Amino acid sequence: MRLALLCGLLLCLAPALPVAAAPARVVSINLCTDQLAMMLAAPGQLVSITHLARDPAASVMAEAAKAWPTNRGQAEEVYLLHPDLVLAGRYTAQPTVAMLRRLGIPVAVFEPADSFADMQADIARMGALLGREPEAAAMAGAFAARLARIRAANLPGRRPLAATWSARGYMSGHESLAGEILTTAGFDTLAARMGRAQGSTLPLEALVLADPDLVVIGRIGPGSSRAEEPLTHPALRALTGHRAAVEDRDWICGLPSVLDATDRLKDMK
Amino acid sequence: MTERSLHTGLGLVLVALFVASLLTGVAEVAPLTALKALLTGGEGPLGLVMREIRLPRAILAVLVGASLGLSGAAMQGLLRNPMAEPGVIGISAAAALGAVIALQTGLAASFALALPLAALLGALIGVAAILFLAGRGGTLALILAGIALSALAAALTSLVLNLSPNPFAAQDIVFWMMGSLADCSFTHVAIAAPFIALGGVLLVRSGRGLEALTLGEEAAASMGIDLTRLRLAVILGTAASVGAATAVAGTVGFVGLVVPHLLRPLVGASPARLLPAAALGGAVLVLIADIAVRKVLPGQDLKLGVLMALVGAPVFLNLIWRMRGQP
Repeated sequence: MRLALLCGLLLCLAPALPVAAAPARVVSINLCTDQLAMMLAAPGQLVSITHLARDPAASVMAEAAKAWPTNRGQAEEVYLLHPDLVLAGRYTAQPTVAMLRRLGIPVAVFEPADSFADMQADIARMGALLGREPEAAAMAGAFAARLARIRAANLPGRRPLAATWSARGYMSGHESLAGEILTTAGFDTLAARMGRAQGSTLPLEALVLADPDLVVIGRIGPGSSRAEEPLTHPALRALTGHRAAVEDRDWICGLPSVLDATDRLKDMK
Repeated sequence: MTERSLHTGLGLVLVALFVASLLTGVAEVAPLTALKALLTGGEGPLGLVMREIRLPRAILAVLVGASLGLSGAAMQGLLRNPMAEPGVIGISAAAALGAVIALQTGLAASFALALPLAALLGALIGVAAILFLAGRGGTLALILAGIALSALAAALTSLVLNLSPNPFAAQDIVFWMMGSLADCSFTHVAIAAPFIALGGVLLVRSGRGLEALTLGEEAAASMGIDLTRLRLAVILGTAASVGAATAVAGTVGFVGLVVPHLLRPLVGASPARLLPAAALGGAVLVLIADIAVRKVLPGQDLKLGVLMALVGAPVFLNLIWRMRGQP
């Protein structure tokens, strides 16, 4: 009898233990952790995401994001949500992160994903933080399988030259997520040819002289800005190669949907 | 120095600098190869760089410099004050505000001439405000009115850019305050050239009137000069020139201050002779500055205003030093 009672208690406790360890009120203050958490969190576990997650220009989950309340990443409003875990990015305002930590709230800071490997590590880490390891493992597995299919479908042969070019002449480096996406889609990147591992500015002249087969330009935002004017420069239009617009939202965050962009770029070869 | 030899000298320097500007860029290309690509290069990359990137940039440097030099000399003639320069007294800042409003409201996207027209309107309001506030008030009133107008226009420009939905718009504040010719195209030339030409004609033709004005308003009127018409021509000419230049290049200050200051002794302080020389000199100065920004920091878009202020501010201080004690 006593043994049975003990067993019953243990049976009750066993499934409850990991749930007790998982945070119950998670607030995300970074666009990329927003989306990863939206995909992995248990119902009700994620209590707030940033307003950026609802912006269709920046977020691939803008529609789904309407289901969550939003924040603007201010320490004050985040604290008043009584979170037991805050998810932030490396480039989230540092004073906010420091203040939340001073107030005794655990903050998990995610680096921007620079590669598919980083992405898979981030998915696993997010799963562990939220106590949702099986869901994270399933997501990482599906991603790896799709990536393998894309790589297998890539026939060896001519690798055209591609470059990304966006506002202020910014070109992503070859050790970046954009670089790996282009390489996986079957392109050589101009960044790799120029030995630029990190993102850097490339003057329009240098881009035109390199004469790439594909220039991936950022989509031009609403309103107007001088910084984006070179994206419509006649010299860029006159290039013999193609131009393609990959929406910023498709690859600013390391989410499984980056493979959609990879697929589309592969078709432009 | 005779007028003809001065113009010939400035013209030759201008041509040499124009070619030097065409040969300046991040890509190191042999001069002859580059010039050949400019004239005969088909659709190849080097031909594109020369014709679509470097040529419009050099042409705009000439147009912007000429219009700023000319309007500086004309404003100084009208106000009989060597400090009256579009950048210093806030006319360029007002033009930039007009341009930014046209861009951010979408007006400039709906029809191309909206951009220079809005900048012209901004400059026109700026000139009118300066003349109303300080037309007869001497140097101090002029500079103070200029400071106030610049501050107001710059604040409103920043406000409009910060309200823009575009994430890069707020960073454009630097461009509108400091000016740059980086990545300009023939689209910009086509927008600016007609207004700069119109303004240039109005200003050069007011030379005789400005000459007479050096003797005082009554003397000028007795010589048959229609002062109202003269003022109107200088105001409209300055607004068109500064408006168009600012709409494509942002605020490039001090050109209209430095150039007339350097050339005045060479033309015997005659406004009529100063005007064409100031246009040539302005073009020379902006070409030099635009070559220098590309040499100092290749490929990084150092702003023209940085160099112009380094050259212009000492000249401005020198003028203040020499005017000590005057009202």
